[in-house]
Amino acid sequence: MKHDPDSEPDAEPGAPSAGGPGAPRGGGRAALARWVARRLLLAVVVVLGAATVTFGALRLTPGDPVKVMVGISAAQNPEIVEQARHETGFDRPLAVQYADFLGDLARGDLGWSYQLQESVPTVIGDNLWPTVSLTLAGFALAFLIAVPLAVATAGRRPAWRALSSLLELVTVSIPGFWVGLLLLTFFSFRLHLFPATGGTGLSGLVLPAVTLALGLVGLFTQILRDGMARALDEPFALSARARGTGETAVRLRHALRHALIAISTISGWTVGALLTGAVVVETVFGRPGLGRVLATAIQNRDFPVVTGITIVSGALFTLITLGVDLLYRVVDPRLREAPA
Amino acid sequence: MPDDDRLLAVEDLRVGFGTVAAVRGVDLDLRPGECLAVVGESGSGKSATARALVGLSGGTVRARRMELAGRDLTALRDREWRAVRGGRIGLVLQDALSALDPLRTVGAEITETLANHRTVERSARRARAVSLLGQVRVPEPEIRARQHPHQLSGGLRQRALIASAIAADPPLLIADEPTTALDVTVAAQILNLLAERKAAGTAILLISHDLAVVARLADRIAVMHAGVLVEEGTPGELLRAPAHPYTRELLAAIPAAHARGTRLSVRAAEGAPAADGGCGYAARCPLATDRCRTEPPARVAVGDGHHARCWRTDAEWPAPPARTARTRDTADTAADTVIEARDLAKAFRGPDGAQRPAVAGVSFTLRAGRTLGIVGESGSGKSTTAHLVMGLLEPDAGTVALLGRPWSHRPEAERRALRPRLQLVQQDPLASFDPRYTVERIIGEGLGHPGRRAARANRDAIAALLRRVGLDDALLDRRPQELSGGQRQRVAVARALAPEPAVLVCDEPVSALDVSVQAQILDLLTDLQDDLGVALLFISHDLGVVHHMSDDVLVMRDGAVVESGPVQDVFDNPSHPYTRALLTALPSIDAAARPVALDRPADA
Amino acid sequence: MRRAPSVLSALGTALAAAVLLLVAIAALWPGLLATDPPNAVDPAQALLGPGPGHWFGTDQLGRDIYSRVVHGARPSLLLGLGATLVAVGAGAVLAMIAVVGGRVADEIVMRLTDVLLAFPGALLALLVVAVLGPGTGNATLAIGAAFAPGFARLVRGEALVVRESDYVRAATVLGYRRAEVYLRHVLPNALPPLLVLATLSVGTAVLAGSALSFLGLGPQPPSPEWGAMLSAGRDLLGSTWAIAVFPGAALTATVVCVNVVGRDLRNRFEGRRPGAG
Repeated sequence: MKHDPDSEPDAEPGAPSAGGPGAPRGGGRAALARWVARRLLLAVVVVLGAATVTFGALRLTPGDPVKVMVGISAAQNPEIVEQARHETGFDRPLAVQYADFLGDLARGDLGWSYQLQESVPTVIGDNLWPTVSLTLAGFALAFLIAVPLAVATAGRRPAWRALSSLLELVTVSIPGFWVGLLLLTFFSFRLHLFPATGGTGLSGLVLPAVTLALGLVGLFTQILRDGMARALDEPFALSARARGTGETAVRLRHALRHALIAISTISGWTVGALLTGAVVVETVFGRPGLGRVLATAIQNRDFPVVTGITIVSGALFTLITLGVDLLYRVVDPRLREAPA
Repeated sequence: MPDDDRLLAVEDLRVGFGTVAAVRGVDLDLRPGECLAVVGESGSGKSATARALVGLSGGTVRARRMELAGRDLTALRDREWRAVRGGRIGLVLQDALSALDPLRTVGAEITETLANHRTVERSARRARAVSLLGQVRVPEPEIRARQHPHQLSGGLRQRALIASAIAADPPLLIADEPTTALDVTVAAQILNLLAERKAAGTAILLISHDLAVVARLADRIAVMHAGVLVEEGTPGELLRAPAHPYTRELLAAIPAAHARGTRLSVRAAEGAPAADGGCGYAARCPLATDRCRTEPPARVAVGDGHHARCWRTDAEWPAPPARTARTRDTADTAADTVIEARDLAKAFRGPDGAQRPAVAGVSFTLRAGRTLGIVGESGSGKSTTAHLVMGLLEPDAGTVALLGRPWSHRPEAERRALRPRLQLVQQDPLASFDPRYTVERIIGEGLGHPGRRAARANRDAIAALLRRVGLDDALLDRRPQELSGGQRQRVAVARALAPEPAVLVCDEPVSALDVSVQAQILDLLTDLQDDLGVALLFISHDLGVVHHMSDDVLVMRDGAVVESGPVQDVFDNPSHPYTRALLTALPSIDAAARPVALDRPADA
Repeated sequence: MRRAPSVLSALGTALAAAVLLLVAIAALWPGLLATDPPNAVDPAQALLGPGPGHWFGTDQLGRDIYSRVVHGARPSLLLGLGATLVAVGAGAVLAMIAVVGGRVADEIVMRLTDVLLAFPGALLALLVVAVLGPGTGNATLAIGAAFAPGFARLVRGEALVVRESDYVRAATVLGYRRAEVYLRHVLPNALPPLLVLATLSVGTAVLAGSALSFLGLGPQPPSPEWGAMLSAGRDLLGSTWAIAVFPGAALTATVVCVNVVGRDLRNRFEGRRPGAG
């Protein structure tokens, strides 16, 4: 499950074990700049790739995409269909359509949703914040549960570890939508503690955020704990203890930072899990947000919305992972001068 | 026993991990300004002993007595242990790259000790950390304090680690293999640094696998085997007149100059393993009797302050059998040339994109049946040279000829026919075996029968090879993971011998092995050379090993050959200053009496 | 040192394997475990709670929930297993192209997987469904496509490590041909990690499949796929809890057991590798 594009072995079989990393290398900043530039370029490629794929997909789709776009009832009226075909440019050559599409994209024009009768940027803008607040809350909650759990159980008594492992196993195995349904059944329909649907305030955020967090907590704890256990087995932990450093300080001051580096290697997975989680959780709880809009749009084959959300979330995803990787380089001094 | 002036007093220390007894009744005592060295091979219990003294062994520790400056250590609570660690006892571990937190600056690591023991005010800690780095002779301490371990050289890192261990000025410093990961010249400087601390009144417990390393620094040496101190004495006594068979084995195994042309290893007696109470060495001991196997040996005095735990201290030690070898004529140039390397050069792209030369202008000739040693510190280009010779890398310039035919710059298809004539023994035998293979298939692959069935069909030939390297055919169906380090390297040698090579390239073949196992492998290689007439290209960082094995020697530094010639000439009359520096830094038993020179470090 | 194989964990693995066997029987011969037809509608019996006639109760159309849960094993498992197979096949092929095909092929495959991995897998799956349309086969392809790049990277990485290993060097030195070395050493040592990861991924794939179904993008009604059943039950939470509990419990139990067995397999495998003991 490792996923770390920077750790490919350099294919230099007999590379000399050159005189140790003795001399501090200059040009660390330049290397960093090169690395960031490369990653930004990759981000642009990804977003363009996503855009191209969705553009192509729309044209590959079986049946008449224009009929699908205007909806079943309107598709009965050939006049409306032809008008839509002209408006969307589907009657023009493919190359021209693609150029137009990229041009629109550059201007931030993501098209018009016939199903919602709104422009796609408006749809996205209206639904962005609920999703962002949900994912942030879910992430923070997962993190706040996982860190103390890992710090407390790493390398400790087998019974505690076993208990924590069991918890992790269950949380990675349990489907988020089922957790959501169970929480709804119990807390909303039985106890009436939280609103069943749509609640936008803080009380409406609780159950969705818990559901989302549970999906992350398992893997987070597991990776943090393994990272800490590995760090605690390292000689530097022994050195620290031999200096008279207490157990808690060894864990917090030394081992935790190594564990956090381990967790940042799955940042891509995390953001992906948050996005998927958002789709499911918003559907279960009937919460407004990009995820629910996307799910509905796919069901209704509302292509402009699908395209728009794909491009926007692809861009967000690459920016977030870039940010995390940047942070990773700040936390780990060994990477600062490393070549990109 | 007058124990008023003893700083550390330990009696009957026992450390167990589950059902395994790692330390089985050790007595130690140490006075201020004194250095006691505990020497033993891996698994002897020496590190467990060191860690038990700071309460960090991770096992169950029991002792009749364990006192530091009159304070009982056996009943300390966690909080009290923390005051002892770093405050009263400093601990220095082997490899400072992993013993210092890679995510923290070395200054922060030193400051941690100062903060734990409230040595100085918070505001003065940074300045104190810098001055401590200066004390251990780290140049530009202000800059170094802000750097991370990976930015420092091995020697500087080790100094920084020592600084963090002595920051709270503990009266006892435990150094667990402090020089093992270092090149000889740097190791000598670290030993000098420890000698300075000793002169300043710190007691030092030095843990090492290498008798020669400790000989210069130690006031007393204790040899540890299977959790027991089998012999103790001053370096002069113990090294000159070893009383315990194990100490004798260790001393004979050191491939120093005087052992040249002799066997290094003891032919192990086929003895029954000792019963629970018996001597732990009995199974390997050529002198063992039934008494040794049943009754724990008593500690007997064999000289002034010199004790051994052995029933047979009075027995005659069988002289190591002299090699039946031919006398080597160093002037013999009539033998056929098997490898001719001319002006080899190879550069690699560094992390910054610039080309760094790894090998530049290396030339040599290897003749049939002879041994050419290549010696150098890490990064000297000796392994790259091996890969160029093996045809695993193409030289940027220069040529290699094998058995009179061109070898470098030829297409692999053309080279394949000659490949069996040139074989390789690598440093880590386990890594050189396909993890899915049994011993039978590994050697079968060497014989050209890589398939499972083909190997089975040639089982007799494989078994013969196994016996050739001194292993039992019972090992045929084992996996290498189940073998000991020495057995693994023997299997690797058997595979390399299978295609009947004219040349065997040995790339650090013994550097991962304990001294006594190393001795066996070196003897094996020498015997095979005598019997089969195979030429050896022997690469090692260890001057003693190269000295013992080679007819001719090449000393490399920074990719270039600084000196070459017949081994006696180079080692007895080194002409290049670098060779002289290497030889001076080389720890040797003979130098035990020599006082330590307190020179300035040069590894900045 | 860590992970001593305890009696307890062996017992857990055995239990998990037994449950998986039961699930496999349900998937292969559902008639053995449930005699009621899963899609028999009976409005008179709608929304009954669990009882002697209907162990898990009935849904809004009067269909027997127990029978539907049993019959749901097949579509649910097929989705996860199929997706994993698609991913393993595509991943292994991509990786081998990269490793054997030389620098250019490697560069192309690496950049392709870079782009695909720089994109959340779930989004990729949703996009594929959006294009191909909802349905069982399309959902399987979608999830497989989302997993494949990660698998390809793993195999390529392993193969590169093996290719630079000392034992491949030893075989080269003995004069074996490149193709022989790849067949004998590189492939057999690079593929097992993929199989381990694939086993561990089956659980995730089953979850992803049922999530797609839950969103209405997988198997279509009246398929008793567990995610689809839960989706149908979402609107009935106020009136009956059974319809939200049993399919989810079956799904969770299956995934837990797959993960337990997968982890056991991984531990065995890693225990066999040098340096892990």
